[in-house]
Order: sequence, then structure tokens, then C-alpha cells
Amino acid sequence: MNHIPVLIPMVLLLASMFAVFGKRSQENYLPFLVALAGMGLSAVLSIIGMVHSVTEGPIHYHLGGWQPPMGIELILDPLSAFFCLMITLVAAVVLLHGEERVRIEVGDRIPAYYSSALMLVGGLTGIVLTGDLFNLYVFLEISSLASYALLATGRKPAAVSAFRYLILGTIGASLYLLGIGFLFMEVGSLNMTELAVMIPEVPVTAGIAAAAVLMVVGIGLKMALFPLHGWLPDAYTFASSPATTLVAPIGTKVAAYVLIRIFLFLFAIDFMKEGIQLTTIVGWMGAAGVVWGSVMAITQRDMKRMLAYSSVAQVGYIALGIGLANPLGLIGAVLHAFAHCFMKACLFMVQTNFLHRLGHYDIFRLDHRTRVAMPWTCAALAVASLSMIGLPPTIGFFSKWYLLLGCIEEGAWVFLAVLLLSTLLNAVYFFRVLEKVYLRSDGEAYDDHDEEADQATSSREVSAAMLYPTLVLAGSLLVLGFANAWIVTHFLQPMFPVW
Amino acid sequence: MSDLLEYVQDRYAYWAIVLLMIIGLYGMLFKNNLHKKVVGMIIFQNSMILLFVTAAFKWDATVPVRDPEIDVQVVENYLNPLPHTLMLTAIVVGVAIVGVAFALLIKIYDNYGTIEEDELLNKLESPSPEDDGDCDTNDTQRSSSPKGGSA
Repeated sequence: MNHIPVLIPMVLLLASMFAVFGKRSQENYLPFLVALAGMGLSAVLSIIGMVHSVTEGPIHYHLGGWQPPMGIELILDPLSAFFCLMITLVAAVVLLHGEERVRIEVGDRIPAYYSSALMLVGGLTGIVLTGDLFNLYVFLEISSLASYALLATGRKPAAVSAFRYLILGTIGASLYLLGIGFLFMEVGSLNMTELAVMIPEVPVTAGIAAAAVLMVVGIGLKMALFPLHGWLPDAYTFASSPATTLVAPIGTKVAAYVLIRIFLFLFAIDFMKEGIQLTTIVGWMGAAGVVWGSVMAITQRDMKRMLAYSSVAQVGYIALGIGLANPLGLIGAVLHAFAHCFMKACLFMVQTNFLHRLGHYDIFRLDHRTRVAMPWTCAALAVASLSMIGLPPTIGFFSKWYLLLGCIEEGAWVFLAVLLLSTLLNAVYFFRVLEKVYLRSDGEAYDDHDEEADQATSSREVSAAMLYPTLVLAGSLLVLGFANAWIVTHFLQPMFPVW
Repeated sequence: MSDLLEYVQDRYAYWAIVLLMIIGLYGMLFKNNLHKKVVGMIIFQNSMILLFVTAAFKWDATVPVRDPEIDVQVVENYLNPLPHTLMLTAIVVGVAIVGVAFALLIKIYDNYGTIEEDELLNKLESPSPEDDGDCDTNDTQRSSSPKGGSA
């Protein structure tokens, strides 16, 4: 039981080492099975760890038996357990869904693909679990390297957009490293628990303020926080669909988690709020990202690019919640990260299903034949879209509800207006797709009497291996929506220190 | 190591590091050739490494191995080994990143025949049919999307 914090990333990283061996062939199923076993095992461990951390308190694991601050510490507290569970569960479902597409889009590089996927998830769980700032940097780079490799698969421009992501991601990581360098010079420790005690005791100097700013900017780059989001739309659009489906839901959320850690557990929240007002700046960056991402999403006709811009907007919501820096806003931020992880995975799966069966994901070319051909995929699209817009009883409604309550408590009326406006913008760009699928019947080539064509299209739903993961995620949006009060009282409220 | 600003004024080494940092950042952001961007990235990362190493350095101090002749209780006598060990890890991370960057450069060159950014952007904005077709990882992916905002 006490070894769970180290087992979760270790299982994934070890599986990553095994998955890379094997024949380079499209018929090689071994890497997939290794990856599935690794992700499944770590998901089970995360569930056990989550239950344990909530009922019996956090687990502190000292690597190699070295006591902190000498050794590296892994911490499984309710916050990290929650994110760990989210990452491993969604990654396992996405992996199951992507298997068929990986064989088509990645070709004979299957062992390398699954190895990178495992390394990505292992790195992300490492970021979530570690209690040491430099260890966090190492895990950040492990996961980033894996995501550069994953996002370089796919169409030709993918290599260029992945290279741009690599350059910007490296700047982000280096700024974060510079930040912890300053912090180490000023305070003299890298252990988060120890730093949280020491920082309030030392006088506030320019060095500490600079450390906070550099760390937030560096993580903001990884998180694609507006205006540091430049790499995201291209990288997500050009990468192969299974890679985007894997990276998009979990990558940016983990950076958001690091931001929450820095704001709440490392520096005192009062220092961030009144001292250097970094929360306000992050909140405004989030609000700007919400509006800009939503507007850009409306102008796209490529569904994948639309979803990518929507990711910029959704990261903005999370930043806005963190920027509010009150309990309700933070609950909203965490719940929205959780909700968005499921919603965006589901939507990217729908986009992959369209690509798999229709050969395109051009919004203008969808019509009601799509729905006739793929009724369940379109149903999943409808549920996920409603959740993105924020209609009850989906989880997307409740996360926005907490954000709204946080705005009201803080008296941040501009943020409130941004949230309401963005809901309208979300409605515009998702109803644009839903309208094509459910209401438009005058597709150019459509012939009412051509029953043969209808017959041909009516059996084009994707295979069970692709369909069920999509439906499970779509269904989970409703289930989580109904269970939101239970999630908030049992899992989210114990996360945050009382202040 | 109390006040960083005083520290910078006192030690000229930091100005050299800041200069390296700016050169690296300039190379990464403004150079047209992607290979030069990687060079900028290496300079930028190494400036971080130098910063840690310089910050941990003390005059007249010895390596962190206990010597009976030298008093352990006086902090000034021994170097702090932690930043140096951290930087060993950071160097390894940096090497891995440079490796991935070069792998991507090779793929870009194979796909487009150039690593000049302006030529690449031209080719990205007006993809010729064969540009998008002969990639082995590409079957039905052909969205008719306008590729906006690629700068």
C-alpha cells in the first residue's frame, strides 16, 4: 500500500521500455498489449491510491529510503491522486480506442508509438505525484519529449508543428528551471513541503517574486495559456488522430495541476494574491484565452482545428478558476480540468471515427447521412457538445457553475461576463456541427430514392473497439454530472487547505 | 545567497550568463534556419546550467568530501554539491531534447527538402498534391482546411 506512489509511474515507464522491443510491423500486437496492461495496472493502482488517500490520509513515499529534504519525496494526497486517476483512466480508454487507427496512421512504427505513449503517461503521473521541484522538471521533460514524438506522427506538416512545439516547450521548461534556480538560491530547498514552510519565513525579495513569475510563465507555455498558446493549434491539427486524442485531453491539464500546486501549496496564496498579484494576471490571461479561443474555434471548418482552439479556451477556464483563488473557483478549476479531460477525449474520438469512416472531418461536408451512417458516434458527439456548452445534467454544466459561483463570491463581474459570453460562443461552434449532423438534409449528392446508397451508408458505424470507448466517455459525462455533488464533497473539498 | 540583485552586481559571471541567455533566446525565436534554432536552444539550456553551477561556486571552498583537516561545521569550507548533481541530470535532459530536435529536422528535410523557415511556411501554405500524398503514414487524411495562423 505504501508503495503505490512510486508504482504508478514506474509501471508505466517499465512498460515503455518493454513496448519498444519487437518487430516493426503493422501486425505486431505485442506493444499494444503491453501498453494496455501497463495503463490498466496503473489505473487500478490509482483507484486504490485515491481511495486510500481520501480515507486514510496522504501517502509520503521516500525514494530509496532517503528522508527529505535529502531524498526525493513522492506524495499521494487527494489532489495528486485525483489527477493521477484522471490521467490513467482517460489514457487507457483512449489507447483502446486508438488501436485500429494507430495501425493505419503510424504504420510499422507501432512499438515506438506505444513506447512513447507509455512514456508520456508515465511522465505525467510523475509530474502529478512528485514532491520535489527539480524532479518535477525531469518528469516534465520526459512527458514533453514523448509528446513531441507523438505529435510528430501523422501528416507531413506534423514534423514542422512538432518542432515548433519543441522549441517553445523547451523555452517553457528552461524558464521553469530558471525559476527553481532562483528559488533555490533564495530559500535553499527543492522539497515542496519544506519550501511551503520556509518561504513565508524569509523576507520577500525580488528573487522570490522572479522565481514565482518565471515558474508560472514556464508552466503557462506548457499549458498553452493565452497568449503562450501559439504551438497548440498546429501541433494538434497536424498530428495523427490517435496521438492527438491521447495528448490533447491530459497534456495541458497536468500543466494546470502544476500551476495549482505552485499557487496553493508552494507559495502562500496570500502572497500570490495580494503580494505580487500573479493570480489576477493568470485570471485575466485565462479570460482572454477563453474569448480568443472560442472566437477562433468558430472560424474553423476543420473539426480537429476547431477542437484544438476550443482546448485553448478550455484551458482558459481552468486558469480563470485558479486566478479567482477562492475555494469555489479552485473547485471549479479542478472539476473543469476533470470534465474537459473526458469531454475533449470524447470529441477527439468522434473526430477520429469520422475520419475512419468518412475519410474527412470537414464540418461543411457533414450532413444527416453522417448520422444515418454513424448514429452512435453522432449521439456521443451530441452529448459531449452539450457538455462543452455547459448544459445540465452533464459535468460541463457543474464545473462552469462552480466557476460562476467563484466569480460571484470574488465580485469579479468581468470574469462572470466572460463565462456567460463564452457559453454562447461555445454554443455557436458546437451547434454549427450538430446542426449539420441532425438538421441538414440537403447534402449535395444526396438522393432520396437511392436506397442502395442508404443501405451502404447505414452499416458504416465504426467497429466495437472504437465505438465503445467513445460511448463510455460520452456516458461518463452524464454519470459524472449526476455524481458531481458526491465528487465535490468527497474528493475535491479535501484537496485544498482551509484558509 | 541572500539578495539576488546584490549577487548579480557583485559577480560579473552572471552578466555573461544573461548575455548567453539572450543570445540563445534570440537564436530560438528569430533565426530563419531551423538548425540555428537548435543551436540557440543549446546555448539557452547551457546558460541555465552555467547559472546553477556559478551560483553554487564558492571561492576557497573544497569539494564536498569530508576532510579531517577542514572544519565541517563552517559552511564556507565546502561546496554545495546539489546544484552540480542537478545539472548533470539537466545536461542529460538537454541531450535528449537535442536528439529529438535533430530527428524532427531530418523528418522535416525528408518531407520538404528544406529547413529554412520562410520556405517551409510557403510550402505549408500552398501544399502541392504530391506533398501531402506520398507520406507513408497517410491514408485518408485529407481535410480541406485552410491552414491559418501557422506563423
